[in-house]
Amino acid sequence: MAKIQSEQSARPGPRRGMDTLIFRTMAPYLTALMVLFSVFVLLRGHNEPGGGFIGGLIAASAFAILGISNGVSAVRRALWFDPITIAAAGLALAALAGVLSLFADVPFMTALWAFPNIFGTEVALSTPMMFDIGVYLVVTGAITAIALALEEREDD
Amino acid sequence: MAASSIPLEALEKSMVLAPVPAEHWLVIAPPVWCMLVGAILIMVRKRMGLQSWLSIPALGGLVLIDAALLAVVIREGPITMVMGRWLPPFGIAFTVDLTGALFNLACGIAALAGGIAALGDIDRTRRTYGFFPFLFLMVGGVSGAFLTGDIFNLYVWFEVLLISSFGLLILGSEREQLDGATKYAILNLIGTTLFLIAVGILYAVFGTLNMADIAAKAPTLGHDAPMMTLSLVFIAAFMMKAAAFPVNFWLPASYHTPRIVVAGLFAGLLTKVGVYALIRVMVMMFPEEGNAYSIVIGVVAVLTMLTGSLGAIAQSDIRRMLGYMVITGIGIILSGVALGAQTAISGALFYSLHSMIVMLALYLMAGIAGRMGGSFSLHELSGLYAKSPLFAALTLALFFSVSGLPPFSGFWPKAMLVKAAFDFGAWWQGAAILVSGLLTTIAATRAFALGWWRMPASGAVVPARMTAAELIPLAGLTLLSVGVGIYPEPLLALAQTAASGLLEPVAYLHSVFPSGVPTP
Repeated sequence: MAKIQSEQSARPGPRRGMDTLIFRTMAPYLTALMVLFSVFVLLRGHNEPGGGFIGGLIAASAFAILGISNGVSAVRRALWFDPITIAAAGLALAALAGVLSLFADVPFMTALWAFPNIFGTEVALSTPMMFDIGVYLVVTGAITAIALALEEREDD
Repeated sequence: MAASSIPLEALEKSMVLAPVPAEHWLVIAPPVWCMLVGAILIMVRKRMGLQSWLSIPALGGLVLIDAALLAVVIREGPITMVMGRWLPPFGIAFTVDLTGALFNLACGIAALAGGIAALGDIDRTRRTYGFFPFLFLMVGGVSGAFLTGDIFNLYVWFEVLLISSFGLLILGSEREQLDGATKYAILNLIGTTLFLIAVGILYAVFGTLNMADIAAKAPTLGHDAPMMTLSLVFIAAFMMKAAAFPVNFWLPASYHTPRIVVAGLFAGLLTKVGVYALIRVMVMMFPEEGNAYSIVIGVVAVLTMLTGSLGAIAQSDIRRMLGYMVITGIGIILSGVALGAQTAISGALFYSLHSMIVMLALYLMAGIAGRMGGSFSLHELSGLYAKSPLFAALTLALFFSVSGLPPFSGFWPKAMLVKAAFDFGAWWQGAAILVSGLLTTIAATRAFALGWWRMPASGAVVPARMTAAELIPLAGLTLLSVGVGIYPEPLLALAQTAASGLLEPVAYLHSVFPSGVPTP
């Protein structure tokens, strides 16, 4: 976050309407909080309201907010990977989640569960969760790519 | 398993508990393979060299998978895999019969040929825009549509292939392309929406979306359900997709704008998905309503054929001429659907397979002609025969094939359809097929006489060669067409078995419901 802010303060020129000091200072923390919340929504989605799609939307809005406040290039640096690449990785992950059933002699996309004990806590891992993470990545990547493309046009 | 506390008898009623044989995975393999490769290609989309190196072997692998699937279906009959082991009609089933497997293999072969041709035709910039990822996603959508056994799932695959085809259509973002893409997008979206509405009505009537379940229940409903309305909405939706008269203006308006490989793949594959869906719904699921509408479909077929072949004669741009020839082919296939008997349906299936291969080859041919002659217009194109006799020979073979002259692959299905038409007293459809064949021959020979035989005004001809990326797919597809034309028996037998399987879907139903269709 500190890196993003230093980059911003170095940027010369007049600021636009949404670009107030308060918003610019708060946005990175808000983004971090929203991304964290999106992961929470994603993971609780198996049995309760939530899931990959809505989690992905929350994450994408987080990156859109960062884009509005601190500029698109800041988001691209923070994401590390190109949003489209993230979406493609999600698609591959979702497809692989279905293919795993091949090794258990069950049809495509049959749910497979594992309950490993990690540090004394039973963790439920499953292929539906893997699929949902794939959906999360597809939605995050695709919507972020669209949002950044729209915001970039304004920057020109 | 989390569900281990539930008694076994209850599980048996809702889930497939028997282990799935490995070869049944071939049912789902083509779309999953395409999605996976497509996703990987998107991730490495900035690395052009890697794209080609990954894509061509992956397309070769797809053809092998498709061929293996066809072999398994020939040996075992229709096979079904239910997603997530939930039993149909609640679980989504992928059911492959001979029709689906044949269409799927032709699609794989066309995709491989198109991929190789793209190495020459699609330049670096357009490959950066993502030709190969879109190609894989589109082919995944097309094969998913051919293989699924669930009508809503069919709609989803339509969407997958449609969205990828938008991407392919506007590669390069030229003004002309955006114009063509707008017409294409709007009409296709209307068609898809109609399809969705039809699926909604169908679900309200039947309470199920599984095709086998619907096919079993349709005869028992009688006159209690708005079956004619439902069928009409389906017919309208699929005819739009298939570019039948009078909703076909979008095809010639858009198919000449994208890169030639893209146009060829669209011409070969996308209209055939509409035809396939029409055959699946009106022949297998609602045969009674299909018979009732046979006159309507027949009239549309005749008008489609005639407008297509007349349009082909009127064009001076080769690509537009080919666009109209695609439409003629659709009319011929629809005529087979209208006639409805086993010989007619097998003729329609055979013609669809022929058209997938030959239309792509014709577009590739047009691309090479445009590069060698410097123009797509028949006013300017000349001397191609003198430039490259080999290319002229391949072109002539393809023109004969599309016109339906022996010994090429277009001849046999047309002969079957004409015979079926006269046998069943629909002489006007038989006559229309013959007349449209004559008109197509005139259009093709006119193009050949102007572009290939005519010597340029200056008289000087520089010999030209085809590159490997041009020659291999064109020659491969042409040889396939000639091979099928000279030795048609295997494909003929397969098409007849496939048609019987559609008209009497006992084996299809048994594959989805081994212990009989559940009664409500």
